[in-house]
Amino acid sequence: MDKDTTNTKIKASKDSEDQTKTPEQVSAEQEQRFRSAPKLSRSPFHGLWALTNRDLRKWYTNPIQLFVSLIQPIIWLGLFGKALNFGSFIAGSGATIAQQDIILKSFFGTTSYFSFLSCGMLAFIVLFTSAFSGMSVVFDRRFGFLNKALSTPVARGSIVMGKILQSVGRSLIQAAVVLVIAVALGMDTAHFTPQGIAGAFVIIFLMAVGLSALFTVLALRSGDWQTQMAIINLLNLPLLFASNALFPVKIMPAWLQDVVKVNPVSYAVDGIRQVLIGATGMNSLLLDFAVVIGFAIILSAIGIVLSWRFLSK
Amino acid sequence: MSTNKVETSTSNIVTVENLSKTFGSLKAVDNVSFDIKEGEIFGFLGPNGAGKTTTINMLTTLMKPTSGKAVVCGFSIFKDANEVRRSVGVVPQEYTADEDMTGINNIILCADLYGMPRSDSKAHAKELLKLVELEDAANRKVSTYSGGMRRRLELACGLINYPKLLFLDEPTLGLDVQTRTAVWKYIKTLKEEYHMTLFLTTHYLEEADSLCERVAIIDHGHIVKIGSPEELKQSVGGDVIVVDVKEKEPDISSDIAKIQLVKEVKKQDSVYRIKVNDGEEASPQITDLIRSKGLHVTRISLTKPTLDEAYLELTGRNLREEEVDKLQMFRQRVTMRRARS
Repeated sequence: MDKDTTNTKIKASKDSEDQTKTPEQVSAEQEQRFRSAPKLSRSPFHGLWALTNRDLRKWYTNPIQLFVSLIQPIIWLGLFGKALNFGSFIAGSGATIAQQDIILKSFFGTTSYFSFLSCGMLAFIVLFTSAFSGMSVVFDRRFGFLNKALSTPVARGSIVMGKILQSVGRSLIQAAVVLVIAVALGMDTAHFTPQGIAGAFVIIFLMAVGLSALFTVLALRSGDWQTQMAIINLLNLPLLFASNALFPVKIMPAWLQDVVKVNPVSYAVDGIRQVLIGATGMNSLLLDFAVVIGFAIILSAIGIVLSWRFLSK
Repeated sequence: MSTNKVETSTSNIVTVENLSKTFGSLKAVDNVSFDIKEGEIFGFLGPNGAGKTTTINMLTTLMKPTSGKAVVCGFSIFKDANEVRRSVGVVPQEYTADEDMTGINNIILCADLYGMPRSDSKAHAKELLKLVELEDAANRKVSTYSGGMRRRLELACGLINYPKLLFLDEPTLGLDVQTRTAVWKYIKTLKEEYHMTLFLTTHYLEEADSLCERVAIIDHGHIVKIGSPEELKQSVGGDVIVVDVKEKEPDISSDIAKIQLVKEVKKQDSVYRIKVNDGEEASPQITDLIRSKGLHVTRISLTKPTLDEAYLELTGRNLREEEVDKLQMFRQRVTMRRARS
């Protein structure tokens, strides 16, 4: 309705202009430019994809960044999976193959340590990718893009969701790469099923949403990238090491086991292991899914609510 | 939506009443009231840290005012922030375009944020690039743009939503003379050909003088005076004659004041600063008088009123003084940045 009044107003002023200027001066092009302001979308999701793609584009159009982010998981898989191989300790213990399998199964829930670790690596890559989701908020604030976005009618929640989704997109692609590399390096594929792989990626998606939301929320008020880096370093390692991603929970002291149990990363890894390699789980698959779904929903809800409060001052 | 429209007198596109913004103990904007008439170029003139950007940030809904009322394009900035955002364009002080994207894609991104269909925005983006003479660089990455090109791109981005009112925060800050002249030309085009209302902040006096129909001089968060540049100049009180006399004593201020055309005399050391009604006629009379007292004139100058004079008169300091005090400026910037982040 407002647009209609605008148009009539422009038309009216144009008429008066026609009287003072020669009609030639009112060029056809100008006529066309203000013929009608297009109707602006009132959907709460408008601009969400534009914001997401703006950040994703920085990643997929930058060959060095793309290369580094894809090569990194190979290094980690090699270092943790092959160099620091817990399975080889047991193999070197003098036990028979059958005994080894029992020991491995009791610690790792599967007979292949590398498969155990590969699932942890999927979570690892998601965690490290998500951790940096907040950095672009900080830079957008520093360079003023955030203010520009805030001066448009785009939903405040979309600004936050755009940051979360771009990081989720990266996480999913990197996780897929990790999985392919892990299989190439000898991950046990005997239990792979289409549903299992799909289920693993659903878990990865939910964990990426939750973790990206967490780190984006922490960056909402910050204009200082050093602080943000410190926060990332502070949270990243505990979230990784105080989980079941790299080591079996059984070898941890009791207090650490309690921490592992409240760490959402543990539930994601536990779920991935169950659906992907048929490992004996720490929890029931249902609980794993419930925790990961809850984590994703609660943290993105917090992100959207805080974006209303904190993005504008 | 029209039910939400706040009724205001038809000619005012912006009405601000007692608007204030406080950051901790710093009163960045203190009880500011003004109107902007539809179709005019309105300027906020003031030194760095006077509260210009804070006022723009409040009117463009980036900041919530501590107290006060403001209606922009018929919508309250408190209740209908989103409607305000849809009807105004903003050209911020910083260069906000995405470095990794081309010029045209930056404008289309802005259009997406306004929810404009791509079919419209692509064509409109091209038109705007033509307006700011960037069509040749449209498909180049912004990282290859010069400062002047970036500024023009920001202007084009601010125009993407067919705004009725455009906010320009320090539109020519740090630009070379060529680009500054070009930006002034675009601003005049927007007003004259597209009947847009413009609100700009500046600390360049000549910018306010040559562009604005009305100027508000703001200092320490207060509006000191509002009027046309002409009115502000006149308020200084006509021409100013500055006479340098060789002898410091005796003080002949009272004798000079007796000349009919003279309105006011101020003496500092051996310099007399004399406000007169008609400088050309008064200056010979003044020199005659000084000579008749047996004193010697070493220097005399006649200044017609400029906005600088008005500014000096109203803010009591000149701009250069403000710029030299780097530490104070730095602290102010840090305070404001922290307050904003």
